[in-house]
Amino acid sequence: MNTTADHIIKSYDKELERLRDEIVRMGELAVAQLEAAIDVVERRDERAAQRVVDNDDAIDAMEHEISHGVVRLLALRSPLASDLRAVFSALRVASDIERIGDYAANVAKRSIPLSMVAPVAPAHGLKHLSQLAANAVRKVLTAYRNDDAESAHQVWRDDVHVDEAYNALFRELLTYMMEDPRSISSCTHLLFMAKNIERIGDHATNIAENVWFVVKGEPLQAPREKASDPDAAPRD
Amino acid sequence: MAINIYTRRSAANILAMLLGGIATVIGLVFLAWILWVTLKNGFSALNLNLFTKITAYGSDGGLANAIVGSVGMDLLALLICAPIGVMAGTYLAEYATRSKLGATIRFLNDILLSAPSIVLGLFVYVIIVVPMSNMTNGAVSFSGLAGSIALALIGLPVIVRTTDEMLQLVPGTLREAALSLGIPQWKLTVQVLIRAATSGILTGVLLALARLAGETAPLLFTAFGNNFMTYSPLAKTASLPVAIYQYTNDPSPAMHAIAWAGALLITLFVLTLSLLTRLFFARKKVSYE
Amino acid sequence: MNDLAAPAQAQPVTATGVRTKIEVRNLDFYYNRFHALKSISMDIPERKVTAIIGPSGCGKSTLLRVFNRIYAMYPKLRAEGSVALDGENVLDPGYSMNRLRTKVGMVFQKPVPFPMTIYENVAYGIRHHERLKRRQMDERVEEALHQAALWDEVKDKLKQSALGLSGGQQQRLCIARGIALRPEVLLLDEPTSALDPIATSRIEQLVEELKKTYTIVIVTHNMQQAARVSDYTAFMYMGELIEFGNAEKIFTKPDKKQTEDYITGRFG
Repeated sequence: MNTTADHIIKSYDKELERLRDEIVRMGELAVAQLEAAIDVVERRDERAAQRVVDNDDAIDAMEHEISHGVVRLLALRSPLASDLRAVFSALRVASDIERIGDYAANVAKRSIPLSMVAPVAPAHGLKHLSQLAANAVRKVLTAYRNDDAESAHQVWRDDVHVDEAYNALFRELLTYMMEDPRSISSCTHLLFMAKNIERIGDHATNIAENVWFVVKGEPLQAPREKASDPDAAPRD
Repeated sequence: MAINIYTRRSAANILAMLLGGIATVIGLVFLAWILWVTLKNGFSALNLNLFTKITAYGSDGGLANAIVGSVGMDLLALLICAPIGVMAGTYLAEYATRSKLGATIRFLNDILLSAPSIVLGLFVYVIIVVPMSNMTNGAVSFSGLAGSIALALIGLPVIVRTTDEMLQLVPGTLREAALSLGIPQWKLTVQVLIRAATSGILTGVLLALARLAGETAPLLFTAFGNNFMTYSPLAKTASLPVAIYQYTNDPSPAMHAIAWAGALLITLFVLTLSLLTRLFFARKKVSYE
Repeated sequence: MNDLAAPAQAQPVTATGVRTKIEVRNLDFYYNRFHALKSISMDIPERKVTAIIGPSGCGKSTLLRVFNRIYAMYPKLRAEGSVALDGENVLDPGYSMNRLRTKVGMVFQKPVPFPMTIYENVAYGIRHHERLKRRQMDERVEEALHQAALWDEVKDKLKQSALGLSGGQQQRLCIARGIALRPEVLLLDEPTSALDPIATSRIEQLVEELKKTYTIVIVTHNMQQAARVSDYTAFMYMGELIEFGNAEKIFTKPDKKQTEDYITGRFG
C-alpha cells in the first residue's frame, strides 16, 4: 500500500488484503500452468497436457470469486482514492490473469496434436520465449504484491524482449516451413503457441500498467520502443 | 449462580417499585383527600347567594365583593406583570444570554421567585400603601391597586423565567436562518422567536395567574379586605383568599360554609387554568426536536 | 501547506475558463483566542458546486459562516483577510449586511422553518427587502417553491403551518426560503445530515438543478455525498485548507497524503 496507515475499520483492511492475496495466488497458478504447458510440449506427454487443460477451470473459478469480492467491496465499502484504484485494478488484473491461464491451456491443448507428429527443431525457441513470458508474469506479480511501481515499469519496458523473441521465433518457423513443407503442420501449431505466449507477455504488461495506476493514480503512458517490424508477426 | 443474580435483581426491583408505589400513594391520597374535602364542603355550601350577596354576618352573606375584588386585582396584576415579564424574559434570552448582567438578573429573579410572598406584601406596603396614605392624609391607604402590584411581583418572576427558558429552547439555527435572510435582530425576536415560543410563554403567563390567584399573604397588607362591594382600584378591596382567611377565623359555622365555597371557587379556577395550560401546550407544541 | 492550497491549487479551476465567484485570500478566523481558520486562500467558481469536507472541528462550517458573515451575531469572533464576492470584500465593514444577505443565502443542518404558514415562510424574507404587490409576491413564492422542487407537494396547503411538513420537505422549504431572495450564492451547511436517504437524494438532485443558477458551497460530513454532488472539493484539517481541486481528482487521486487518509477512512 502506498499509504501506510491502516483503515479505521479493520475488517476493511482484511478484505483488501485478502483480495490482493487471492490475485497473487491466482497469478502463481497461471504461471505454474504456463510452465507445465511448456513442459508437456517438451515431454510430449498427452495425459499431462490434458491435465493442464483441465486445471484452467480452477483459474476461471478464482476469477469469478475475485469478481464477486470486488463487487462486494464496491457495494459495501464504497472505496475511494487509492482503495478505489486497488479494487478497480484487482478486477482488471484478475481478468488479465484469467487470459494468461487460457493461453497456457491453449498451448497445452496444441501440444497434443504436436506430440503426434515428428518433433521439429524450433521447439526450444518456444522454451526461451515462454521463460521470458513466465518471468515477466512472475515479476509483475511480485510488483503487484509489493505495490512496486518501478519494477512493474521494468516489466513493462522488458516486454520488448518478449516481442523480439517472438519475432525471431516467427521468422525461424517461417524459414523452417519454407525449407521443409512437411513440417508445416507442426510449425503452424508452434506458431500459434508462440503467438499465445507472446500474448501472455502483453497481459503481463497490462498488469504492470495496473500496478502503476494503483500506486501512482495515473495511467502509465511513457513511450515504449516497440519491436516494430512490418513484415514480422501480425500483432492482434 | 446466574439465577442467583437475576433473582436478587428482580427482588430489588420489586422492592424499589413497592417503596416508590407506597410513596406515590401517600402523596396522592393526601391530594385526593384535600380535593375531596374541599369539593364536599364547598359544593354543599354552594348557592346563588355567594355570587349575588356581599359580606354579611351569618348565612345571609355572600362572596360577591370578594369575587369581584379577586378577579379585578388578578387581572390588573397580570396586566402589570405579563408585559414586563415577557419583555424582561426576552431580554435575558436574546440579548443577555451569555453576559454577566444576564446571569445576575437571572439569579435575582430566582430569588424573587422563591421569596416568601408576605415579604413582597410588606414591601408593597412600605413603598405604596404608606406613601399614598401620607400623600392623601389617609384618604387612600390600602387599595386594590397596591394589592395588584403585590400580586404582580409574585407573577413577574414566573413569567420572566418561563419566557427566558422557552425562548432559549428555540433552536439557535432558527435565529441564524432569519439573520441569514437579512432579518434584523428586533424583527427576528418579535416576529419569529416569540411566535415560535408563544405556547410556552402563554403557559408561563397562565401559571403565573394560577399562582397569584391563590395568594393571601401579600394582600393582607395591601388590599386589606372590604366587607362591601367596590369597583375603585384605590379603595380597600376584598379578595377570595383573604375572605376565606377571615371567615374561617369566625366561630359561626355558616361563615365556615361560605369559606369552603370560596375555597372551592379558587380551587376550580386554578384547576381550570392548569387544564387549559396543559391543553394549550399539548395542542400547539412546536416540534423543533 | 497554505501556499500550495492557495492560488496554485485554484489554477485548474480558473484554467478551465470558469469565473471565480468568491475569492478567499489569507483568511484567518478566531474564536476568542482559538485560531479556527489559518490563512485560507481559495477561489470558489461560479455556478458550480464546491464541497468542503473534513473531520469535525476542521473549520469547514466556520468558513461557510464567514461567507455571509453570520458569525457576526456572536460576540468575540473575528475574521481577518479578505473574502471577495465578485471582487468586493464582504468582510469590509462598509459592505452592507442587507446586500450581503440578499446575495448569499444559507441553509442549515436541521430544517428550521419559521413558525408560520408555508407561504409566509417563503414570503417573509422577501417582504423585508422588497415591497411587492400581492400578485407579484404570489408569483415569487411559487417560483421559489418550484425551484426548490416543493411546489407540487405543497401547492394545496400553502396556508398551513410549515411545521407540519416532513423533514425533507421542511429542508426544501428552507432552500426555497433562501432562493426566494434571488441570491447568487447558496451556502449549504450539512443540509441532509438530519434526513433519510430518499429525502437526501431529493436534495442532491435539487443541488444539481440549482447549480445552473447559483454558486453553491456545501459543507458535508458525507464523503459520498461530496463525491456525488460537487464539481470541486476542498479538504480542510485543523483550520487549514489542505487540498482543493476537481472533485474527481480529490476522490480518485488526491495529491496530499492527509486527504488520501481522510477520504479512504484511515484517519487518526
